[in-house]
Amino acid sequence: MTSTPVNSYRTLPDQDGHFGNYGGRFVAETLMPLILELEQAWKDAKNDPEFQKELDYYLKYYVGRPSPLYFAERLTDHFGGAKIYFKRDELNHTGAHKINNCIGQILLAKRMGKTRIIAETGAGQHGVATATVCARFGLPCTVYMGAKDIKRQSPNVFRMRLLGAEVKPVSSGSRSLKDAMNEALRDWVTNVEDTFYIIGTAAGPHPYPEMVRDFQCVIGNEAKQQILEAEGRLPDMLIAAIGGGSNAIGLFHPFLDDKDVAITGVEAAGHGVHTGKHAASLTAGAPGVLHGNRTYLLMDDDGQIKEADSISAGLDYPGIGPEHAWLKDIGRVDYVSITDREALDAFKLCSELEGIIPALEPSHALAHVAKVAPKMSPDQIIIVNVCGRGDKDIFTVAEALGVEL
Amino acid sequence: MTDTIIGGQTRITRRFDKLRAEGRAGLVTFITAGDPDPETSFEILKQLPAAGADVIELGMPFTDPMADGPAIQEASNRALAAGMHMRKTLSLVRGFRDQDHDTPIILMGYYNPIYIYGVEAFLEDARNAGVDGLIVVDLPPEEDAELCVPTVNKGLSFIRLTTPTSDDKRLPKLVKNTSGFVYYVSVAGVTGAGSASNAQIVEAMSRLRRHTDLPIAVGFGIKNADQAADVAKQADAAVVGSAIVSKIAESLDENGKATDKTASMVTDLVRELADGVRNARK
Repeated sequence: MTSTPVNSYRTLPDQDGHFGNYGGRFVAETLMPLILELEQAWKDAKNDPEFQKELDYYLKYYVGRPSPLYFAERLTDHFGGAKIYFKRDELNHTGAHKINNCIGQILLAKRMGKTRIIAETGAGQHGVATATVCARFGLPCTVYMGAKDIKRQSPNVFRMRLLGAEVKPVSSGSRSLKDAMNEALRDWVTNVEDTFYIIGTAAGPHPYPEMVRDFQCVIGNEAKQQILEAEGRLPDMLIAAIGGGSNAIGLFHPFLDDKDVAITGVEAAGHGVHTGKHAASLTAGAPGVLHGNRTYLLMDDDGQIKEADSISAGLDYPGIGPEHAWLKDIGRVDYVSITDREALDAFKLCSELEGIIPALEPSHALAHVAKVAPKMSPDQIIIVNVCGRGDKDIFTVAEALGVEL
Repeated sequence: MTDTIIGGQTRITRRFDKLRAEGRAGLVTFITAGDPDPETSFEILKQLPAAGADVIELGMPFTDPMADGPAIQEASNRALAAGMHMRKTLSLVRGFRDQDHDTPIILMGYYNPIYIYGVEAFLEDARNAGVDGLIVVDLPPEEDAELCVPTVNKGLSFIRLTTPTSDDKRLPKLVKNTSGFVYYVSVAGVTGAGSASNAQIVEAMSRLRRHTDLPIAVGFGIKNADQAADVAKQADAAVVGSAIVSKIAESLDENGKATDKTASMVTDLVRELADGVRNARK
């Protein structure tokens, strides 16, 4: 007989999309019928073996899954503590974990008969992944991107355009990810009949946080099997970077009920949480409502949203997926923060010792590894999600290091 | 002392009863509280009824107005840059109520500033200030427990947005818990974008009338007196927002500050719109 354990951390959201106090469906009425239709389509697809088969096919032959679980031997020796494994989602087609979700959502969009795709992007990884699947499946694609991010992530902008996507610069507000999301929502509300919005992170109105998580859980499911094969046991700790939180929830979720696995999410502390210039909404924010869900947000005492700040465009968002908000409150996951400086150091160290140039987003996770691994014993195991590769970041890093390219 | 409800009637129902008695539709005008600065905004607000506004929607500024087009986004930004916040918005209403006891005021905006203020405290303060109802863009009926139900319990109206995507299946859910009037957003889109055709509005009106006896106000994309008149032939009221706040933007000096023309440019437009609405059925 099988049943879900009563104290499982894996049963949410409830039918209204709530993770405890978080989540929900805080959207304009124009979108509600579509949101409800999407929820139903997602429920049907999830239980349809044909959909799963199609998804598995593309994940294997197009994305290149499973991604390896790699023993980072030199980094392990360098820190002289816990054994460090990399979950190498940077090896996916397009160079990040984002495509796991994009493949899933575009298959759903086709199933729903939608003929046009929109997306928001911060670092450009989600935009590239969306443009990629749109090219593959022959759907027109519009990507909203903050004007500030277009400047600092120009290689990805060019990539999206090569893939046939229209990249629309967003000059309102802080000109970064949150404003790109506002603009995508404005497009969606205008073109609600034919358009599917591929949200890139495990946030937004229900069912997105659940749906994106489920598409990203391939990371954790693989990692679990792979570590059992490599070590014959589960890891002692999981570490992943968090902007909206999709790569992290994808790695974490399959391990939530494994009580002996400690789990840590790493937010971007920007110039330092004390400076006010950061993106650490769980560390320094409070619950509020934005972009379709209740979650931790950076805001002032009037409920006005503050601008986030991080060297990593992918973490530069003043909110966080609602499931992370819940996991923080109940204490199942620890959330810490890492500054731009610490992330840059980890970026260099990983490049030099492992021959892997990580994106600035997982560089935050690697920087936390640098803090905890030396204090752990050599028979302990850490899995860190290297969720994206750093090619897109070389200009930003060069500028931060004072190097002219 | 609040006089929101008198003899079981709210200011909103009394206003729509009066319009019906006069055989005409009403004009609902939107401005953002604190745009372009709190003082000028108060001047404009005070002059709206005399210029012909029958109902006033007052926008609560928010950093991330994701259902609004550029005109209202900028109005919000101007207000916030001028130091506007929720307490000042409520005192604007209080100041208005000191001199006008009859024109309904509806606060319109997004949920987060209310949530952060605290729902109970906000409703108490809003009612005491003389607010008659709320329109909160990002609270569909699925989230009624958040604010809609407490608002109704407090004796204020919770006015729902209905849209071209609100079909016969969805509408019963939308008109439940609502009061005052029903706002019909005539195009799927953000504020200030395109407008609906007469035929589309006629079709929508008949769909809505199957589900509610409440007055129906139609908005989105109404920019001039002719368009307002067209809507006023079909609906109980025409709502104009972006065109009005665009006048404010037009009136500012090169530093974005109010000029001595700011209030009059707004009231001139409102007067034209009111003429259109008042003469529509003649």
